Amino acid sequence: MKNFKSAILTLVSTILLSNLLISQDKELLGAGATFPYVLYSKMFDAYYKQTGVKVNYQSIGSGGGIRQLKEKTVDFGASDAFLSDDQLKEYDSPVLHIPTCLGAVVITYNLPGNPELKLTPDVITDIFLGKIKKWNDPRITSLNPDVKLPNMNITVVHRSDGSGTTFVFVDYLSKVSKEWETKVGRGTSVSWPVGLGGKGNEGVAGLVKQIPGSIGYVELTYAKQNKLPTALVKNKKGNFIKPELSSITSAGKTKIPDDTRVSITDTDAEDGYPISSFTWILVYKEQNYKNRSFERAKQLVKLLWWIIHDGQNYAEPLDYAKLPPEVVKKAESIIKSITYNGKPVYKEVGIK
Amino acid sequence: MANLSTKRLELSKDKIFNIVLGFSAIVLVLIGVGFFLSLFNASIESIKKFGFSFFVRDIWDPVQEEFGALPFIYGTLLTSFIALAISLPFSLAISIVLGEYFRKGLFAEILRYLTELIAGVPSVVLGFWGLFFVVPLVRELEIKIGVPPYGVGIFTASLILAFMIMPYSASIGKDAMRLVPDEVKEAAYALGATRWEMIKKVMIPYARSGIIAGVILSLGRALGETMAVTMVIGNYHGIPENIFSPGNTIASVIANEFTEATGEVYLSSLMYLGMTLFIITTVVNLIGRFILKKLQH
Amino acid sequence: MGSYKLRILKSKIISVFLTFISIVSTIPFLLVLYFIIKNGISVINWEFLTTLPKPVGEPGGGILNAIVGTAILILIALVLSVPLGISVGVYLAERSNSKLAFVSRLVSEILQGVPSIVIGIIAYLWVVKPMGHFSALSGGIALGIMMLPLVIKSTEEILKLIPREIKEASLALGVPYYRTILKVIIPAGLSGILTGILAGTARIAGETAPLLFTAFGNPFLNFNILKPISAMPLLIFNYAVSPYEDWWAKAWGTSCILVIFVLFLNVTTRLISKR
Repeated sequence: MKNFKSAILTLVSTILLSNLLISQDKELLGAGATFPYVLYSKMFDAYYKQTGVKVNYQSIGSGGGIRQLKEKTVDFGASDAFLSDDQLKEYDSPVLHIPTCLGAVVITYNLPGNPELKLTPDVITDIFLGKIKKWNDPRITSLNPDVKLPNMNITVVHRSDGSGTTFVFVDYLSKVSKEWETKVGRGTSVSWPVGLGGKGNEGVAGLVKQIPGSIGYVELTYAKQNKLPTALVKNKKGNFIKPELSSITSAGKTKIPDDTRVSITDTDAEDGYPISSFTWILVYKEQNYKNRSFERAKQLVKLLWWIIHDGQNYAEPLDYAKLPPEVVKKAESIIKSITYNGKPVYKEVGIK
Repeated sequence: MANLSTKRLELSKDKIFNIVLGFSAIVLVLIGVGFFLSLFNASIESIKKFGFSFFVRDIWDPVQEEFGALPFIYGTLLTSFIALAISLPFSLAISIVLGEYFRKGLFAEILRYLTELIAGVPSVVLGFWGLFFVVPLVRELEIKIGVPPYGVGIFTASLILAFMIMPYSASIGKDAMRLVPDEVKEAAYALGATRWEMIKKVMIPYARSGIIAGVILSLGRALGETMAVTMVIGNYHGIPENIFSPGNTIASVIANEFTEATGEVYLSSLMYLGMTLFIITTVVNLIGRFILKKLQH
Repeated sequence: MGSYKLRILKSKIISVFLTFISIVSTIPFLLVLYFIIKNGISVINWEFLTTLPKPVGEPGGGILNAIVGTAILILIALVLSVPLGISVGVYLAERSNSKLAFVSRLVSEILQGVPSIVIGIIAYLWVVKPMGHFSALSGGIALGIMMLPLVIKSTEEILKLIPREIKEASLALGVPYYRTILKVIIPAGLSGILTGILAGTARIAGETAPLLFTAFGNPFLNFNILKPISAMPLLIFNYAVSPYEDWWAKAWGTSCILVIFVLFLNVTTRLISKR
């Protein structure tokens, strides 16, 4: 009995001690958006193989990224919903937005034959408001005369968690519909008039895949990876646009403010997909908070620099659009403004 | 001389030992009290804003920062009671079969094992199984009846909950039945009762409080169950229209939204929900255990 | 006479009917077991058990991080709950009628019924927030709190069953009280205490809710208890609600391992308690 006890004790103390000795700062913790998760997952895996630095990213939704950054439980948050001025005030120290790529929120659905549907902003809004209830509603059939739409109920699927993908989608709906703007509004979590909730982009894709007659909104990659159809959406210029790399990139070709906080939904671009968005990584400008080490700050800056340069190579194979060169330049300035005790960090990691 | 000092040393070691024991009990009590205090403290913002009206409001709007618990209380109670209703006939049958017909022997052992082992299957695994096995079946049923074929929803969640809570009421019911004294049973036979009549008119009334305790404890379990329910209930923030609608329970809404509640009132409302659940399950469980204790004496 | 025969017939029919119902009630469990083993066993291979997850959408990889994570979390929970639990159990057995015993017994019963999600909230408030980040430690503490009542209860019950004469004999021989308890009474009740520990381990091995906002998850192998960590139930949850078939397969495999582990513990518990 005694030997057993002492054996356990030794085991436990060895584990504890060895933990404290292993360097803690070669690991970064991030959390947030599921929108870019497929890309981040690939990027961080590659980064680990190249540099030995582990980046533990948990895709808990943009709402989670925003909140956990505020609680300072993570090194960086990730969100497709950029923080509003009011939200920024809730943080006790300035937060920077570093864009990492562009993606699209697509309308996906489960219908026999997986037809490619054309949808207009008002029809989409009314489906999600619960006003259009059946697939063979004249407003849908008139847009898609060649498709045999069944007499099925439309089951709306939305997010059950706090989501940047939701934010991008409802931001778009708020822009194209006054009714949506007043009734439901914008946010990472809204009061949906109808529908089921799925957890994460994964959850929504999963539900749409399984429920006949369902419709949902997910990031493009999730629809593609799961062989779900995507709708062509009519943009501001009147063209029905297919969500793909080229149309997303077009939507991104617009004037971006220096802090890169901008919504590109309902784009003016002729052939731009109207529900596109940047996605950002959020970090505190001043990295010395809560006893963070300088080493950690350096690792973070290195990671961010890599993401906007070498990391971009992983975007297009996964159907995310690369950052346009002007945006990369702005992102570089933002990364260079990250400080530790007031001094810029980038100089210490070999960035010119 | 040496004996006296060793005696004193041992005595003080005994003292220390007793203090340590008592201290550990105090630590336990502090943990329990701390639970309530921490939850209360974290809910303060929401309590201040909504007070008791929190429990009757049917709104959950993070954008407007308006929160109300009604849909979740509804969902929690609905799923738990339906689960209870579904599981009751089965657990009662098992209580009778294991409590009277088969009290010993291989069949009894096997049946007992099989019914109790389901309590050991992790909730998340049952939820996973539910997603892939029960949900498609329910979807088929819904298509046949003509309701929207969600597959997920209140009914599915209640069904899976019923599987999960059945072992508790079955096991306690069985124990209660086995406690019925032989004399009472023999008296019934002596009066000419058949076996079933003896069970129905003598055993069950006698074991009634134990059976009820088992039912109450299963209810307590159902109220707090999280993972399996979250995976199959549909996550809909409103009062379900019928049992095939999606819905939400207190536990599942906390699980889904806790890590991302972005506003102070939002987070505090989730805590308020958590505290409510804590109080409800505690009360139910204590009632059940109280009845059980009385039975054992 | 006829009505008597009818009543006997009725009694026999009902007994058959009830037995039938009881057998039917085991069907869900058997279905679950069948489904899990059928879908999971083919997934389990060397790669599955010893490698780390691949990026989203890519096939291959394994769940080593989750297996190690669960093991570490259980270890932390044991360290927390076993000494404290046995200690309280001994107190309750020895000072059964004191006010403190009544209150702590009450608290133990309350804790046993607390939904695991609430325990997760508490662990978040008590450990994650002060520490400033998610960690294996906070997850282990949450699981430890869940295990505590089971260890306490089984300790108290088995100690109460030990005949008084044993304790009295030991004290009469001059063995000090604390030694009597530690070296005589507890070893005598070891089977019962072990039962409680095993039952508690089986319970927490599959718990997910308390880990959602404490352990948080980690795609890498992690032995540092101050950092986030993966766990098998967490993995099952995340993979199950995803749309990737490869992830579903892995979730079945993980479920298979978990269920076999838990069943093994349950069966062992029963064997020990028979002794």
